[in-house]
Amino acid sequence: MTDTAASLRTTPLHARHRASGARMVPYAGWEMPVEYSGIVNEHLAVRSRAGLFDVSHMGEIEVAGKGALEAVQRVSSNDAAALKVGQAQYAGLLTPEGTFIDDMLVYRMGPSHFMLVVNAANTVKDFAWISEQVKLTGDAACVDSSSRYALLAIQGPAARDVLQPLTGVELSDIRYYWFSYGEVAAARVTISRTGYTGEDGYEIFVPPNMADRVWQALLESGRHADVIPCGLGARDTLRLEAAMRLYGNDIDESTTVLEAGLGWTIGWKKSDFIGRERLLEQKERGLARTLVGFEMLERGIARQGYAVLHQGNRVGQVTSGTQTPFLKKAIGMAYVPTAFSTPGSQIEIDVRGRVTKAQVVPLPFYKRVMGSGVI
Amino acid sequence: MPYPADRKYTKDHEWIRLNGEIAEVGITDFAQDQLGDVVFVELPDPGRRVTAGESFGSIESVKAVSELFAPMSGEVLEVNPTLKDHPEAVNATPHETWMVKVRLSDPEATGSLLDSSQYEALTRT
Repeated sequence: MTDTAASLRTTPLHARHRASGARMVPYAGWEMPVEYSGIVNEHLAVRSRAGLFDVSHMGEIEVAGKGALEAVQRVSSNDAAALKVGQAQYAGLLTPEGTFIDDMLVYRMGPSHFMLVVNAANTVKDFAWISEQVKLTGDAACVDSSSRYALLAIQGPAARDVLQPLTGVELSDIRYYWFSYGEVAAARVTISRTGYTGEDGYEIFVPPNMADRVWQALLESGRHADVIPCGLGARDTLRLEAAMRLYGNDIDESTTVLEAGLGWTIGWKKSDFIGRERLLEQKERGLARTLVGFEMLERGIARQGYAVLHQGNRVGQVTSGTQTPFLKKAIGMAYVPTAFSTPGSQIEIDVRGRVTKAQVVPLPFYKRVMGSGVI
Repeated sequence: MPYPADRKYTKDHEWIRLNGEIAEVGITDFAQDQLGDVVFVELPDPGRRVTAGESFGSIESVKAVSELFAPMSGEVLEVNPTLKDHPEAVNATPHETWMVKVRLSDPEATGSLLDSSQYEALTRT
């Protein structure tokens, strides 16, 4: 082990991952499982049955107090006032330029209590920024509570059947992007019907000392359905098929919400938020570039950073790309000039010196068939 | 998985099995395990010359792309036709799945290559 490895942070399930034979890699300052049985196998398990993920590296930042709503409204792109207690929404944490400091889920825990779930790599930066903004609005406190939670995600069509026997919470009562409190395997948890895979499923906030117990209980409960543990590799291919943006790839401090195709996360109706003015300008002026999905038409796999060409000229850059296990196609996302952003537009990708044909397609690449459940 | 003694290995995790002046080249079990699920193998056309230590193709897994380096110099005679539709054969049987057959320009030039026990020691460090 090198010094670098020694300084990586670990989740409460670290020993379990190692003992189970997971391949561990450094990710965002953490040593995390990238795969257990193979990315393809894990990806297909989530699409067809269910998979279990340890995403305890994610950060949690809580804002509470009389001024909490005002503070969250200021830092979040979305309209937190539209949230009922027990509801969550996706949002951007924006710079004054309308670009992404991070993306996050905003949970309304109480009328004046919010929890922001943020990316591991950004937690420190986000907390510093949010704290500063909270101070300006006053009468609210901001706490980095990341160490108080382990976070497990059970994702896939069988997720509810696997989780339900372990809890008294009636899962069919939790609608998509809502959450509830209760016990899972006798641990006090928050159960959120959210995820990052494009499948139905739950994310469970667990006290760290109960994480292994809940993890084992979920695998045991899912054994009959062949539910398997999954790593960050499958999480990445799953989220890409579902066209969910990844911070550091598809969005960052140089890309605006509108360019990223996430205009639906902007609460235009609320009075103000950081970044609003620039986004409004950009909306009125029109976008020079926009994030699109593409499929390769010739053999080759586009990867992050590859150039997008049009008639031989460099016009953009790939932000994410892979060969997807479920759709069995080489797909990706890229920023391209708006003129080439309509589905059907022909582009080329420079695959390590080889000009390879691709075509813009509508997002998402994969959309699950909704069941009859309450969604 | 044991490393067969009937061939030589590179530090870049390729194997080469010599049969006179003809050699088969593939990647090791260690390499396929590190790569994960292989989805695409890009290989040179027959007739192309390859040079020891230089890239002659690439192998892509779901998560990443890696270069393939020629263990020895020569001319590509044949490319394994199985790999076009079944790249996963590299994961299943790495030591049976040759990628290219090469006519070596100097079959004696094996000096910098490792034998199986040296290679196995390398994978344990």
